[in-house]
Amino acid sequence: MRRVVITGMGIYSSIGKNLEEVKESLYQGKSGIGIDSQRTEYGYRSPLTGIVERPNLKELLDRRMRTGLAEEAEYAYMSTREALQQAGIDMDYLENNEVGIFFGNDSSAKAVIEAHSIVLEKKDTTLMGSGAIFQSMNSTVTMNLSVIFKLKGVNMTISAACASGSHSIGLGYLFIKNGLQDMVICGGAQETNYLSMGSFDALSAFSVRTDDPTKASRPFDANRDGLVPSGGGATLILEDYDHAVKRGANIIAEVCGYGFSSNGGHISQPSNEGSFIAMSRALEDAGVNASEVDYINAHATSTPLGDMYEAQAIDSIFGEFKTPVSSTKGMTGHECWMAGASEIVYSILMMQNSFIAPNINFETPDESSAKLNIISKTTDKNIDVFLSNSFGFGGTNSALVVKKFRK
Amino acid sequence: MAMTRQEIERITNEFLIEEIEIDPEAIRSDAKLKDDLGVDSLDFVDIVVIVERNFGFKIKAEEMAGVSTLGSFYDYIENKVNG
Repeated sequence: MRRVVITGMGIYSSIGKNLEEVKESLYQGKSGIGIDSQRTEYGYRSPLTGIVERPNLKELLDRRMRTGLAEEAEYAYMSTREALQQAGIDMDYLENNEVGIFFGNDSSAKAVIEAHSIVLEKKDTTLMGSGAIFQSMNSTVTMNLSVIFKLKGVNMTISAACASGSHSIGLGYLFIKNGLQDMVICGGAQETNYLSMGSFDALSAFSVRTDDPTKASRPFDANRDGLVPSGGGATLILEDYDHAVKRGANIIAEVCGYGFSSNGGHISQPSNEGSFIAMSRALEDAGVNASEVDYINAHATSTPLGDMYEAQAIDSIFGEFKTPVSSTKGMTGHECWMAGASEIVYSILMMQNSFIAPNINFETPDESSAKLNIISKTTDKNIDVFLSNSFGFGGTNSALVVKKFRK
Repeated sequence: MAMTRQEIERITNEFLIEEIEIDPEAIRSDAKLKDDLGVDSLDFVDIVVIVERNFGFKIKAEEMAGVSTLGSFYDYIENKVNG
């Protein structure tokens, strides 16, 4: 089996618009959460959200390239640009080599709703314009990026709720490991507009701690009252080790384990058993003992049940080793379809800079989280191996194990 | 409401440059929409939307059969608006 390495990464999120800004925010424990008053007017229970600035792409892409990009695809374009640049991949390389793409995305609600509004008013579908279809499909990210970057390899979107981004990396890893591709662009993207999250808000799943937005997302804390939706784009360039060496690429890290499972249970309630299976499989695939893991980037979104089940599952595997755990969602909010990819970027930034970013707002443990070694303040620490969890609606679970690169 | 030919040309040129991002230097009456200005089938879908917004009528594909140059496109719009 071939080794799978990461040779580039990019990020565009509520805590920074590039790797450097995000690294600083992670170290400072800076929150990207704010209030979107449009949500209150629209009828949301909670106006809290990660605040992500729309990029200005006019200088970067021509009109035809921009027309089909939904909001989340714009974010994904920005993170992919940065990742390709870091990997030393230019347009000349992309035109002459086979590069694939797997991206996690599970909605493009704004594009659908806006196109529908035009037809309601005009009673004529042609007045939606040419971009509506390319923006409305879940595959808006992969269909647009494959055209923009002239990709010729595997090309598809992974829709697996809040585990979409993680599964996209897992699949890219499997494709390269099995010799089907030499290089795959993997990532996750998430829209942040008010039209996209109303149906999630309908479940009363969001925090309503509006008096201090930066305190609202509090994974594992006893006083957590729900998640805060957020978004952006995150990209990783996965590559066959020999291929990377041959082209003289700078190797950042190695993806060495992917585990997945499905709960076979409730549509929205998580399960400690399913999480346990995904983590165990990822460790087994990586050939890593639980004792060797230096850091766990938890999925913990700040919901009462989800965090509890994950804490139980982590404790059952890592309890005796007191492995450091943090959920970066305290800072970023829940980046949903993107989270599984962005949290790999966040964790690699920690690994590269030898620190663990804090699980901000973790002040009071509850019965389950008290058993974990949750890092609530930035801690300097060497990280050789980390595990990252992602779980989603429908009981989809994904866990990835990433190692510092060693020849 | 009637519009002058000059006004029609100004509005049309403006949206071709601003919204369809056609090079201003390529804008000439005898320029062919497809070959010289690079208007493809998807651009045309957007032009239908923009014309509806600016001139208040919807372009019908069958009426565009004889329209190949920018000049004939101005003629077409003029006929629809003033005709």
